[in-house]
Amino acid sequence: MLTLVWLVPAIPFGSALILATFGPRLPRKVIAVLGTGAIAASCAISLLIASEFLRNPPSGNAFTQVLWRWIDVAGFRPNVAFYLDALSLIMIVVVTFVAFLIHLYSTEFMAEDDGYSRFFAYMNLFVASMVTLVLADNLLLLYLGWEGVGLCSYLLIGFWYRDPVNGLAARKAFIVTRIGDTALSIGLFLLFTNLGTLRIQDLLQRASMQWPQNSSLPIAAAALLLGGAVGKSAQLPLQTWLPDAMAGPTPTSALIHAATMVTAGVYLIARTHTLFELARPVQFIVAIIGAATLLLAGFSALAQRDIKRVLAYSTMSQIGYMFLALGVGAWTAAIFHFMTHAFFKALLFLAAGIVINALHHEHDMFRMGGLRRELPLAFWTFLIGGSALAGLPLITAGAYSKDLILWDEWSSPLGAPGLWAAGVAGVFLTSLYTFRLIFLVFFGRQGTEVTSRPGFAMQLPVWILAVLSIAAGFPGRSITRFLVTALPGTTETTHGFLSETRSGIIAGLMFAAGLLLAVFLYLRPPIRQPSTSALQRLWQADWGFDWIYDRAFVRPVVWISNLNKNDIVDSFYDGIAATTELAYRALSRIQTGRMRWYAAGIAAGSALFIAIAIFL
Amino acid sequence: MIRDGFILAGILFALGTAGVLVRRNIIFMLMSIEVMLNAAGLAFIVAGARWSQPDGQILFLFILSMAAAEVSVGLALVLRFYHQYKLLDADAANKMRG
Repeated sequence: MLTLVWLVPAIPFGSALILATFGPRLPRKVIAVLGTGAIAASCAISLLIASEFLRNPPSGNAFTQVLWRWIDVAGFRPNVAFYLDALSLIMIVVVTFVAFLIHLYSTEFMAEDDGYSRFFAYMNLFVASMVTLVLADNLLLLYLGWEGVGLCSYLLIGFWYRDPVNGLAARKAFIVTRIGDTALSIGLFLLFTNLGTLRIQDLLQRASMQWPQNSSLPIAAAALLLGGAVGKSAQLPLQTWLPDAMAGPTPTSALIHAATMVTAGVYLIARTHTLFELARPVQFIVAIIGAATLLLAGFSALAQRDIKRVLAYSTMSQIGYMFLALGVGAWTAAIFHFMTHAFFKALLFLAAGIVINALHHEHDMFRMGGLRRELPLAFWTFLIGGSALAGLPLITAGAYSKDLILWDEWSSPLGAPGLWAAGVAGVFLTSLYTFRLIFLVFFGRQGTEVTSRPGFAMQLPVWILAVLSIAAGFPGRSITRFLVTALPGTTETTHGFLSETRSGIIAGLMFAAGLLLAVFLYLRPPIRQPSTSALQRLWQADWGFDWIYDRAFVRPVVWISNLNKNDIVDSFYDGIAATTELAYRALSRIQTGRMRWYAAGIAAGSALFIAIAIFL
Repeated sequence: MIRDGFILAGILFALGTAGVLVRRNIIFMLMSIEVMLNAAGLAFIVAGARWSQPDGQILFLFILSMAAAEVSVGLALVLRFYHQYKLLDADAANKMRG
């Protein structure tokens, strides 16, 4: 049964290939069935594999399937092979399941779009790449999937390519993540030259045997991998692409920029956790990056007007929590939060998609309002997703995973009260901006008219995700226990005055405080005008990161490019051409067309050569 | 004796070359070429006499036949030239200027 694992990426890939080749000639119904059916099959196989894995765990709690030898050059022999353990199993189940629901939703959401087959081809290719990334047995195959999701993300952000703004956003996402990808590829070179393999399990084993703790090699390797993770997961300082990535269709945002792709960085760090354990300073930086991102993104989310941008910043903030967990060695908590986040963030995006669709592509929250009665489905599901995001205690899944992370921040030997405090402050911010969004969109006076209502294909996924956003938190203990077969568990050392319950209660109080402040600020006196104070403007522009990067990198590059518009290297070749042309003009002068001149030339030449022959 | 023959051949060749270069009339240019050919022929005969070999005279026969062929082609060209330009000035045909 486990040997079917190769089908999980293969089916969506095949479907993407068919759709890309014959898509425009197929009827829409066939495209929808093929595109969604491929993911459904992939999801069904993942679930089958998961049940088999749980019933009869393979020896060593891991299963490797070697398909073929990919490359064989001078000792470099990566296989195309899939590695299945608790970590990759949870990832593929969540990715394929959420992707299936989003595909189902898209069949209706994109129904009017011209690029129907193109959309499903990209989405299927994306799922195939993501699953390859997660299942890869070696870092090279992982890198293939990594670049594959980067490519699909570019294609999907720029999906409506007729608007130049979307193309710009797509290029920005591609270039910014590419900075991280470059670091990752250098990291791969470093690991291969020093350890002689790219098979992840061998590599981690050799690293822990050969490299002493905190020596320069593991620090460099972990820092380079972190660079890749930061780019893909939109963390400081490479986070600027994610808000702009909202230019793509809403299901894309749900799939790529919330549920799955951006968590690839989290997965990478969890997968190579041994390296980070060997490089404590880098692991500490992971936690710092997580804490900084979750707070900065939380503030930025407070000032946004575009409903999707609020969700984009909340994604950054939630991935910040995962990084925070990774940074203190709470690997299982990070993956658990990835899972709950995938459900509730996909739910929020799909519900936002319903709102946007119903209001005829209106994104501005200040022009919405009073949709509670008009779109009860969107309201209730948004309320559930928002509560999960903000962490409504005891009920929602998000609260369980977040409480686990917060407790690990405090209790882990690597944790620190400062990190815990950042996480708790993040809960307050999350609650505040989530309910700001809900109050602005669903309460108050009605803004834009509702023009369409969701059909069945859009309602079903939202309901399923709403149920999961609540239910996924309850089996938290068993999920983390299952993950411990692949990842080291967390150790509790320091307790101090906090206990796990007290930490949860404080987080709950923060949630309530954020909710109350949101009621006070956005519900009671219905503010229908965005504030324009300097701080608000700074937050709306994401703390000016775009401005700084524009001044520091984009403009100098453009300036230098302009300087070198005529290409200095090219001038050498231009010089050759100019010299040749000059010689041509000079020599063409002697082509007078007069025969007697030619005769004179021949005579003089002959005389010259005879003279040379005789006298020299 | 032999030396005089070579000097005469040289003078004739120089005269012929000068004629080709200086004259603009295309018929005179042809005649100058004939002079040059005959100068070359004379040089062959003188050289053959010097080494008592028949090769020089054989080559002169070749030159004669070649000159006949050349003149026939040359005169045909002159006729075409005259037909085209209505004059015999070689410099008039300078359309191949670079």
